Amino acid sequence: MLTKRIIPCLDIKDGRTVKGTNFINLRDAGDPVELGALYANEGADELVFLDITATVEKRKTLSELVNKIAHHVNIPFTVGGGISSVEDVYVLLNNGADKISVNTSAFKNPQLINNLAKEFGSQCVVLAIDSKKEDDKEWYVYLNGGRTKTSKKCFDWAKEAVDRGAGEILLTSMNHDGTKNGFAIEITKLLSQNLPVPIIASGGAGNMAHFVEVFEKASADAALAASIFHFKEIPIPGLKQYLATKNISVRL
Amino acid sequence: MKIAIIKYNAGNIRSVLYALERIGHTALVTDNAGEIINADKVIFPGVGEASTAMNYLKERKLDSLICSLTQPVLGICLGMQLMCKYSEENDTKCLGIFEETIKKFASQPPKEGLKVPQIGWNSIFDLKTNLFKNIPNNSYCYFVHGYYAGQGEHTIATTDYVQPYASALQKDNFFGVQFHPEKSASTGETILKNFLEL
Repeated sequence: MLTKRIIPCLDIKDGRTVKGTNFINLRDAGDPVELGALYANEGADELVFLDITATVEKRKTLSELVNKIAHHVNIPFTVGGGISSVEDVYVLLNNGADKISVNTSAFKNPQLINNLAKEFGSQCVVLAIDSKKEDDKEWYVYLNGGRTKTSKKCFDWAKEAVDRGAGEILLTSMNHDGTKNGFAIEITKLLSQNLPVPIIASGGAGNMAHFVEVFEKASADAALAASIFHFKEIPIPGLKQYLATKNISVRL
Repeated sequence: MKIAIIKYNAGNIRSVLYALERIGHTALVTDNAGEIINADKVIFPGVGEASTAMNYLKERKLDSLICSLTQPVLGICLGMQLMCKYSEENDTKCLGIFEETIKKFASQPPKEGLKVPQIGWNSIFDLKTNLFKNIPNNSYCYFVHGYYAGQGEHTIATTDYVQPYASALQKDNFFGVQFHPEKSASTGETILKNFLEL
């Protein structure tokens, strides 16, 4: 049967991984290519690379990096950060990325999703949403890496994006991100049980039980995390073994 | 060994080239008839939409060329689907190497967890032919597709999603896989090596 996916996320700036890692067996923990290949060998199901430089003059660095990753990594990977046009996506896919993710640019210009889906197919268009639950108990969409609030509700935007051709949703809960208290079950469940595309849950992973919870209770199709993998708080092989003992379908 | 990867207007072609490089082979990405005919092995990759791809192949006469090949040919994902008789995707007549027709997965309520397209790692079983030499039953491969080939006499691997379907096909020198061996970690690399040894 189709398995639940475990996805490490690497933040990239100027071609280097940003957050520190404690992989002592890596020659260069700042090298996204080496770290990505290591995760692939450990059993990660996919990788996400988010470029936080995302300035025009650095785009070339990113496309060169994507090309290196594509040469060395034998699992699918998504590239996001600063993508705002069909041309941007063409360059990344042509350099070997399997999927791209769009966030703020798609919100500001939703037609971009239609254009990307038409040009490249929905299967490579991931919509990333940063969402926060406000005092009124509603989940709202935030832009610009969580700095700008909008009045759009998360579910409404996700549904619109799927109707426009997004093939997957990468949902990050700002309330949970960095807390290590577990994923956002409620909003992840709302999306995954009502939208016809896979939902990748992100933000809040602190222990292995949190992954069981997001797969079982929230029906997430995939779970993404960064620091807990980078700092080896949760090793990927151990996590997948654990999920298997909890009867979660995983690729071992 | 001369390996040709058929160049056409589908995505993912570079990924196949890089995967071959990882297992120690170089390949030519080409739409030149002579280069394709003279290759020892031909790979027909692809991610995309069936009717657009078929039109492109026809315009360049690659359709009849592919059907006439006598060396081992491996279709991947859309490549495999185009080697079948017909695809429901935009009512497309395909190459007809395999008798199978390509159908769309019936849409399921999202609550069932069976989303369309299928995206992710699924297992392959009932493996036949040397393409799957040293591949244990129920190994995992990476799939991205909304259309599938039904099971038939050419089925050499089966996968279960919504219902059992053919995840690999073979007839004479033609092989097709629905999954992406170039993205399926070490399992995929073994399958590619096996193909090159056929």
